[in-house]
Amino acid sequence: MITVEHVCVSFRSEHQKKWFGSSRTQVLFDVNLTIPKGSCVGILGESGSGKSTLGRVICGLLKPDSGNVSIDGVSIYGDKKGKKLLQQKLSVVFQDYTTSANPRFSMKEILLEGIRARERKGEQVKDVDAELSHLLSLVGLDDSFLPRFPHELSGGQLQRVCIARAVACKPELILFDEAISSLDAHTQVQIMDLLQELKEKLSLTYLFITHDLTSITYLCDEVLFLYHGHVTDHRPVSTLSQTTDDYAKKLLQSIFIYDNEKLDEAAATAAGL
Amino acid sequence: MAQRFWKNKTAVGTVFFVVLIALLGILAPWIAPNDPYAADILHKYESMSAQFPLGTDHLGRCLLSRLLYGIRPTLGLAILTMLGTIGLGALMGLLAGYFRGWVEEIIMRVVDVMLSFPSQVMVFAVVALLGVSVQNVVLANVFIKWAWYARMIRTGVMQYRDKNFIQFSRCIGTPEWFILARHLLPSIAADLAVLASLDVGWAIINISTLSFLGLGVQAPTPEWGAMLNEAKNVLTSNPSQMVIPGVAIVALVSVFNLMGDALRDVLDPKEVVE
Ligand SMILES: Nc1ncnc2c1ncn2[C@@H]1O[C@H](COP(=O)(O)OP(=O)(O)O)[C@@H](O)[C@H]1O
Ligand SMILES: [Mg+2]
Repeated sequence: MITVEHVCVSFRSEHQKKWFGSSRTQVLFDVNLTIPKGSCVGILGESGSGKSTLGRVICGLLKPDSGNVSIDGVSIYGDKKGKKLLQQKLSVVFQDYTTSANPRFSMKEILLEGIRARERKGEQVKDVDAELSHLLSLVGLDDSFLPRFPHELSGGQLQRVCIARAVACKPELILFDEAISSLDAHTQVQIMDLLQELKEKLSLTYLFITHDLTSITYLCDEVLFLYHGHVTDHRPVSTLSQTTDDYAKKLLQSIFIYDNEKLDEAAATAAGL
Repeated sequence: MAQRFWKNKTAVGTVFFVVLIALLGILAPWIAPNDPYAADILHKYESMSAQFPLGTDHLGRCLLSRLLYGIRPTLGLAILTMLGTIGLGALMGLLAGYFRGWVEEIIMRVVDVMLSFPSQVMVFAVVALLGVSVQNVVLANVFIKWAWYARMIRTGVMQYRDKNFIQFSRCIGTPEWFILARHLLPSIAADLAVLASLDVGWAIINISTLSFLGLGVQAPTPEWGAMLNEAKNVLTSNPSQMVIPGVAIVALVSVFNLMGDALRDVLDPKEVVE
């Protein structure tokens, strides 16, 4: 449903060699990616490799220097129509839940922003209160959270509300930018289970950005390795252990340095064996 | 927030003082002991008495009454100036900080030009150009000061523009007005309140200065700067004449400055997060 073709992105460098120079540092090099409907694609790379930048390009927040991003065949940076289509179909959850929600908004207002996005698509939400509690129950919370403010919730709870907000827009695709990386291990598993459940219930497509291989094997069907802005490997999770790419291998080894069998096991679980 | 306000003694005290002054100004016709315009040349430079609690000026007018009536032009014009300055500055700062691109370029280059003139000279120039009148004084003050606020508010907006909750809103296509009015404006409200409070102090001084120089509020109107102007003619023979409006101006300006600092503590967004 989303195709990313030959995307290159560069930022103006902080340190210019000349006065008023305009030298740029390239962050993404010729990235290609397709996200089929109903799949979960993972993007894996160490921090600073350009994962979030790629995410912002796909969200329509950052126009790439060259290349094209299209949704259902419509280019999103071409005209207003493409952007509008993207806004209707996409939603995001960010890593840093402390800034993901306006600290001056109550949970109700936070979720209402998502519901309003749904209404902009022409869908009438008759009973807003019922919808709010439905959304909260989807992510395993109850109505008592509605009047609370972000600082009154734990990280896991707030991240759940952010997921509920993302779902409230009725998107087809949700982008998770390290959405679970800053949570503790136990909460991570809970949230991943929740995501899997939601994906089936609402037939969603996921783009899952992370630096953590375990969560990829847990959730994703396909994985894309990003190294210093280059795509080094792109393969189904089931064949993860057969990667030919040096960087990907190193990454696998660094994570499973103690127990190599665990990887095959994880890959096998992911493949449903 | 309300709790933190009540706990902050300076904030409560200064706000109370300002409200009191404003009330005195509004109620001046009922509480002033005498007509502020009633001249009585036989009783000039009288010292304090039951009839004239603060004495009389060079025309024998009651000083306390003039001081009370003077609150209206002094404080009213200052607040009007503040509203104009903050309004224009906030609008420009929000637009420049949020939309970036050519909008930001144009606004910020204009701001740079504005900031490169010495502000006091600019006020005189504008008043001289438009003619001496109260409206022109307000206009001149807004004109020279908005750029400062535009720049400060833009900096505030830039801190929030890349926050995740705004990125999310932009991602799902929330209308721009909602992002500006509901996300950005409340986020910088604390800064705005502080700026507004400090700006009133600044405007009082500036308007009084202009009136003192004869460029602002004109003679019989009891504005505090104008009262100082009238008193300066008798500086050597009756120095006490300057003390009353002088102290009034200093006190009011100090209160607004103190209030600015206190509001900063009360509204500090760091504590909102806690
Ligand atoms: N707005 C920006 N301006 C300049 N450089 C940026 C900007 N955003 C990201 N970068 C640079 O791009 C690189 C990739 O960043 P990012 O996409 O955030 O990596 P990741 O999410 O994989 O950790 C980093 O080196 C970072 O310094
Ligand atoms: Mg990142």
